[in-house]
Amino acid sequence: MVLEEVEKEFSLRRAESIDGIPTFYCHRELVLPLMERLKRDFEVLLDITAVDYLGRKEKRFELVYHLLSLSEKMRLRIKVELGEGEKIPTLSFLWKNANWLEREVYDMFGIEFQGHPDLRRILLYPEFKGHPLRKDYPLKKSQPRIKLLRPERE
Amino acid sequence: MKEGNFITTTLESLIGWARKYSIFQYPFVTACCGMEYMATAASHFDIDRFGAGLTRFTPRQADVLFVVGTISHKLAPVLRKVYEQMTEPKWVVAFGTCTITGGLYDNYAAVQGIDAIIPVDIYIPGCPPRPETVLDALMKLQEKIQREKQKWSLRK
Ligand code: SF4
Repeated sequence: MVLEEVEKEFSLRRAESIDGIPTFYCHRELVLPLMERLKRDFEVLLDITAVDYLGRKEKRFELVYHLLSLSEKMRLRIKVELGEGEKIPTLSFLWKNANWLEREVYDMFGIEFQGHPDLRRILLYPEFKGHPLRKDYPLKKSQPRIKLLRPERE
Repeated sequence: MKEGNFITTTLESLIGWARKYSIFQYPFVTACCGMEYMATAASHFDIDRFGAGLTRFTPRQADVLFVVGTISHKLAPVLRKVYEQMTEPKWVVAFGTCTITGGLYDNYAAVQGIDAIIPVDIYIPGCPPRPETVLDALMKLQEKIQREKQKWSLRK
């Protein structure tokens, strides 16, 4: 696979990378066709995660995809900038494990994945309000499910 | 004892003596402290010397609840239910810093000390505690069981 071709075809923007893994920004609209193309060479979806850059003017979140190609022996990182409330298509039909990874991102950041077959919280309990890895979630705010015998913090 | 000899004791201390050497523990193991719990229970440190060798994997047959590892708010109702399912008399050991204060997880997820959920008898500090500390705590618990006044009613 020639990375330069894909880079040109999907007008990817190269991002700086301190660990040597090629990293690109992709436009939100082009994620689905890009991933469909990349799936041919990158058999493994290693991780989907997100970062909340609270305070940025427009696009608050950055969604990060980590891909691994066993045939090409290389890794690739794709970043997508997302604004508050912006949705992103699911990849769960391309890589099966994207299902749970996307549920985790939804759980922690509240980013919604369009077309996801089962977008529920995966780690936290259903009664939980808010998304704890958002930077505006209070650092030590817990939401007990049962009545506690004493207050947790002074 | 030679024939004809006898010892006197009180029923209370006899019961305490019997109970402290027949501890049936329920290990509620959730995190890395479990490694040290296993080390304590295995043959090198041999928890059986203290009469606490038999683990019970149902709370209904256990009388000491070992809470080993981080307890999250998601898990809190389960821990309380397990405690409530144990029959009297029962004791609780908080094993490791996470169970005592929440440890380094001072955030939305971890319960800041399991005594916010259930009453605790013995606290074992350490992250994780060494097996010697666990055995020390076990002996302290035995002292406590020995000293305990026998109440024939439910604990509060
Ligand atoms: S006290 Fe330390 S070793 Fe024990 S569960 Fe917590 S983090 Fe793990």
